[in-house]
Amino acid sequence: MTWTWFHRLGSPPYVYRLAGRLTPWFAWSAAVLILIGLYGGLVLAPPDYQQGNGFRIIYVHAPTAWLSLMVYTWMGVAAAVGLIWRIKVAHAVAAACAPIGASFTAVALATGSLFGKPMWGTWWMWTPRLTSELLLLFLYMGYMGLRASFDDTQRADRASAVLAVVGIVNVPIVHYSVVWWNDLHQASSITLTGKDTIATSMLVPLLVSLLGFSLYFGAVLLVRLRAEILRRERAAAWIREALA
Amino acid sequence: MTIQFDTLGQFLAMGKYAAYVWPSYGLTLLVVVLNIIWARRSVAQAKSDARRRLAMQEEQP
Repeated sequence: MTWTWFHRLGSPPYVYRLAGRLTPWFAWSAAVLILIGLYGGLVLAPPDYQQGNGFRIIYVHAPTAWLSLMVYTWMGVAAAVGLIWRIKVAHAVAAACAPIGASFTAVALATGSLFGKPMWGTWWMWTPRLTSELLLLFLYMGYMGLRASFDDTQRADRASAVLAVVGIVNVPIVHYSVVWWNDLHQASSITLTGKDTIATSMLVPLLVSLLGFSLYFGAVLLVRLRAEILRRERAAAWIREALA
Repeated sequence: MTIQFDTLGQFLAMGKYAAYVWPSYGLTLLVVVLNIIWARRSVAQAKSDARRRLAMQEEQP
């Protein structure tokens, strides 16, 4: 097996073109899956025996909360790769992740609040899950603020990457907070290892939704990645070709 | 899996949870659409900046 495909992923013109070609595939499959998932969640899934139809919020709350963590993981890993191997494209991926992740962390917090009010009787509690998720939002905002404070892209890449990498510590804290501490937030309904604690008719739309939102993130990331690559390539001749 | 609501009114009422379910879905879809618009604008901006840079380089060889 050769590693040329891997090395090509460090080449800005190659990644720019690849991103352009892959975007419609991600976008259209995401659109189909999200529509199916949300229809299944809103209309086909049976009401919860305790939470009634209010539980349907989970079909937007869980995917956005999942995105908030998945996007941060991508951002942190890409930033680490950029720092260690000095790969420009990796820094571009990290920078492209931040605004997407921040916006969906805000949505996860807001839909969580709309979920909490009828189920717990409160919009907000300083429990470990909620507090660490709020910290996640601040990490995204700090990352973007730090980037914005540099004029030079290379220096912005390196400084913000350190913050992104350190902040990865928070990802398992958010995820396991409901296991480690006695949180008001319910535990995960889906596990990779054991039995899911959710009926199949409720689970299927949720999984479809999760996959749809993940592919949607891929599509938006690829579009933003092209912008980030263009910004980093100052005098490259290939840009003339790509823009023609 | 079957449709869980008999009437459109029932569907819109969401039990007694309409005030929480619909804002959640509305907000999520709004941010989904906004992210698409922002990403496209970001590419358009980067392209026009790159074009301007190329034009300037051609003026001063």
